[in-house]
Amino acid sequence: MLYINCPHCGMRSQNEFSYGGDASVKRPELNKEVSDQEWDNFVYNRKSLRGKHLELWQHISGCRQWIKVERDTATHEIFRTFKADEEVA
Amino acid sequence: MTQAFRIENEGLINRDKKLSFKFNGKTYFGYEGDTLASALLANGVHLVGRSFKYHRPRGFFGAGVDEPYAVVQLYRNGETEPNIKATEQELFEGLEAKSVNCWPSVNFDIGAINNFLKIFLPAGFYYKTFMWPKSFWYRIYEPFIRKAAGLGVASTKHDNERYEHKYEYCDLLIAGSGPSGLAGAYAAAKNGAKVILAEDKPRFGGSLLTSDVNIGNQSGKDWADSIVAELKTMPNVIVKNRSQIFGYYDHNMLVMSEKVSDHLPSTKKYHPNKRLWYIRAKEVLISSGSIERPIVFGNNDTPGVMLSSAAKEYLKVYGVLVGRKPLVFTNNDSGYETAIEFKKHGVDPIVLDSRKNPESEIIDEAKNLGINIKNSYVVVAAQGYKKVKSADIASISEDKKQLGKIENIQCDCICVSGFWTPTIHLASQSGNKTKFKEEIDAFVPGQSKQNEITLGAANGVFSLEETLKTSFTAGSKLSKKITENDNEIAIPNVVEKKSSQHDKFWCVPLPNGKNYKRFLDFQNDVAVSDVEIALREGYRSIEHVKRYTTLGMATDQGKTSNLNGLQLVSEIENKVVPAVGHTTFRPPYTPISIGAIVGREVGKHSKPTRKSPMHSWHEKNNAVFVDAGVWLRPRYYKRGNENLFEGSKREAKNVRTNVGVCDVTTLGKIDIKGPDAAELLNRVYTNAWLKLPVGKARYGVMLREDGIVMDDGTTTRISENHYHMTTTTAQAANVLSHLEYYLQLVWPELNVNVVSTTEQWAGAAIAGPKSRDLLQKLFPNSDVSNEGLPFMGYMEGDLFGVKARIYRISFSGELAYEVNVESDYGNFMWEKIIELGEEFNIQPYGTEALSTLRIEMGHVAGSELDGRTIPFDNALEGLVSKKKDFIGKRSLQRSAFIAEDRQRIVGVIPLDKQTSIPEGSHLVKDDKAPLPNPKLGHISASCWSVEYDNPFSLAILKDGKNMIGQKLFAMSPLKNKVIPVEIVSSHYVDPKGERVRS
Repeated sequence: MLYINCPHCGMRSQNEFSYGGDASVKRPELNKEVSDQEWDNFVYNRKSLRGKHLELWQHISGCRQWIKVERDTATHEIFRTFKADEEVA
Repeated sequence: MTQAFRIENEGLINRDKKLSFKFNGKTYFGYEGDTLASALLANGVHLVGRSFKYHRPRGFFGAGVDEPYAVVQLYRNGETEPNIKATEQELFEGLEAKSVNCWPSVNFDIGAINNFLKIFLPAGFYYKTFMWPKSFWYRIYEPFIRKAAGLGVASTKHDNERYEHKYEYCDLLIAGSGPSGLAGAYAAAKNGAKVILAEDKPRFGGSLLTSDVNIGNQSGKDWADSIVAELKTMPNVIVKNRSQIFGYYDHNMLVMSEKVSDHLPSTKKYHPNKRLWYIRAKEVLISSGSIERPIVFGNNDTPGVMLSSAAKEYLKVYGVLVGRKPLVFTNNDSGYETAIEFKKHGVDPIVLDSRKNPESEIIDEAKNLGINIKNSYVVVAAQGYKKVKSADIASISEDKKQLGKIENIQCDCICVSGFWTPTIHLASQSGNKTKFKEEIDAFVPGQSKQNEITLGAANGVFSLEETLKTSFTAGSKLSKKITENDNEIAIPNVVEKKSSQHDKFWCVPLPNGKNYKRFLDFQNDVAVSDVEIALREGYRSIEHVKRYTTLGMATDQGKTSNLNGLQLVSEIENKVVPAVGHTTFRPPYTPISIGAIVGREVGKHSKPTRKSPMHSWHEKNNAVFVDAGVWLRPRYYKRGNENLFEGSKREAKNVRTNVGVCDVTTLGKIDIKGPDAAELLNRVYTNAWLKLPVGKARYGVMLREDGIVMDDGTTTRISENHYHMTTTTAQAANVLSHLEYYLQLVWPELNVNVVSTTEQWAGAAIAGPKSRDLLQKLFPNSDVSNEGLPFMGYMEGDLFGVKARIYRISFSGELAYEVNVESDYGNFMWEKIIELGEEFNIQPYGTEALSTLRIEMGHVAGSELDGRTIPFDNALEGLVSKKKDFIGKRSLQRSAFIAEDRQRIVGVIPLDKQTSIPEGSHLVKDDKAPLPNPKLGHISASCWSVEYDNPFSLAILKDGKNMIGQKLFAMSPLKNKVIPVEIVSSHYVDPKGERVRS
């Protein structure tokens, strides 16, 4: 079970969180003309990569904040975690 | 029965407490502190089971977790449990156990015929034989294999035992209480670290219980006892015996199974049977020791052949002789230690040492005791069927290829030592890349992956002095890092006998003309010849060899067989062992009860049960409850002998004619506040929200980004910047997360806060033509007329001193209101409604009537919003704004979603107006068409229309818009029904929606 450092609450076990997928996906702006391909990329297409992955988790049984977690999908190593509004450098 | 093999003045058992037990129906006696294995051996019982494949007689091979054979079926306190190792099961008064894998009895086993058919049962036998003819698989092969497979039977009864889970955090977790574990734990505890010390056996001390050593002028065992006693007094230390750490998972999470009650005749009141510990440790010290490995020779599975360390343990811990004419067969000094213990207790062993001329302190001691030692000698084969009677022995050439003349000598047991295999399972599970250590012919942990360190024998260090030194140091260092204390601990001086190099010899060649089975894996009946076949047939990877031959599989996980298997593969393949590599070690290290894994989450504890504040009223009034997600809701209120159908029909009819009240507390409620609340709603819902006035409610539909309907419900504008959203019962949690996602990540610029208020409000839906009259009685000071509170209107009211929210919304299609009060007043509200509703013939109604009412009105619910439908499918396209953007809008342009013949909700009536259509039935054009009959749609919900007194269903049907008036068939192969039906509008009752506005 992963041990995730919630930027608001500290180290908490994975069973307090729910997974939210790739954090690098940006929703197209409202009212913007979007091509089929662009929209498909936003809704469906994910890299599903092996290695370092920036992903969303929600601390659902805790502070209910969505956070960003930089995790290795192969080894489960967690490098850094960020608040929702924090820029990932 | 006398305990003929029990000796005086030795062992750690309690001779004051005699225990009786039954094995295969026969009564025996043992002592408190025995295992089932030691007690049976004390009684001279060596035959405990039959082997997996060939049904060969099986005895005891080890004395603990390493035991591959002695698996029994245990009977305790009216329950039965399979897969119990007799070597681990502690004896208690009245214990009952039986042999497994034999019929009709362990002494006469019909399956043993397989032993004579073994030429036909080599590796891969199942794969090759049961392939054809294909039709035989289900009828003949599978039942046969099922009957033959497995060891023991699982109980089919409910398990009355209780199992608990516990979460724990510590600085240092120490797996194993041998010398390295004790030293590491002691040093860390002295530095103030929070320590958990786990020992899988009942007794602490590991090898110190049986080895002849001194630590700090005490015997090894006394030193261990004093350390454990001191650790137990320290508040920062948890010391646990009977506790196996069986898995090492991510981020230093380890799981331990504590056997709380297995050693007792029955579980104490309020005690669990087992406790599963989830332990998050900052540092892990693996001191799991090592397991002696066998030497492979002919018939090496005969009862009476066992590990020399096991023989020593039975003697030293339990005071039991495993034989009176022991033969010790060794390639290292450990065998001599066992021989010396035999000799000290008046038994004359013979030692066969494969080495030519070994010299060491231990060997000198054996020689001085006058033990008969034969160098360059090996056991070629054990003789005897159900018990060793003699051994064929021979001298062996220096290259270990040529056997000398074979002699037969009498013996009643053969104690084997092929040197030691470090127990690296935990380290390997943690991700440690193990490395092969040439000096000990075994793998040891390499670079640590997580925060783990492996010490002592588990790390291939077999000298006590070095083990203690490194373990004290590691314990100090690791704890210092955490607590910043640095309490120096003097390392005690150690007296141990020096041993000499072991012989890299593991398998005795077959003598000319003999074809003895030489077993590698005793649990799975894998012999040398099986691995040879696998390699001959082209299996190269050790993982493939494992699966083809079953070497190292099942509950044993290759504890005794792994390395010999690798030696064989490397020899045949002409590779070195590290190049062959080992198979993956997977948790659990040893079998864990399913009960322990499940814990308390069984039956009604498998999920929380949520009840509305009016629950006790429902109970008192004969409500029949139904699970609605995690909520319990009244399905109907039973009157007399009514069944569900009759009761729900009565309730629904009363709503249509008088007035009914339904508990709607379970609906999800979300409080939304902030200046941008309207903007948020406008983006979340498909329809327009910016112009909703204060005091008005609106129905809304929300989509996922892929265009699929996520949920529906009403949202009411309470005040300028304050909205009250309702969701379906099932989607409440998901909708809240959904809103939080957009507010926190996508549109953080919106100034809005959302919070769940589901549990803060109790809700009652009052529905029916007389509902306004009742409402007026409930709120005499409010104007609840059609003008004062119009359809989709909202007002606050005073319910006899209790502040209430009144919404004029309707799910039933009748004139209806929903009244909310703070939860604590829920029961008060409910009782007032019932009391004042009496004159209007009010009846409470449950979820079944609620469904009936909504189905015949064509209102969609969860069975239509099933994660596969878009607004159009549910006839909700009128709510989809063309002007503004919202979540999921772009997806609605997908070609499948705008197809001309897109599926759509319709009503379905059976032509005979009698036969109810099972939910889930498929709609087809031709009921006689060959399978697979093309499906046009499915029945999503069915009811008995109280308005028309005939069955009515809703369906999602392809091209539904143009199908009205068509005749189709509803087919339910599950219920074996074919029903001719007509397709009608989904709005069966009051299609213009006049009632809700009346």
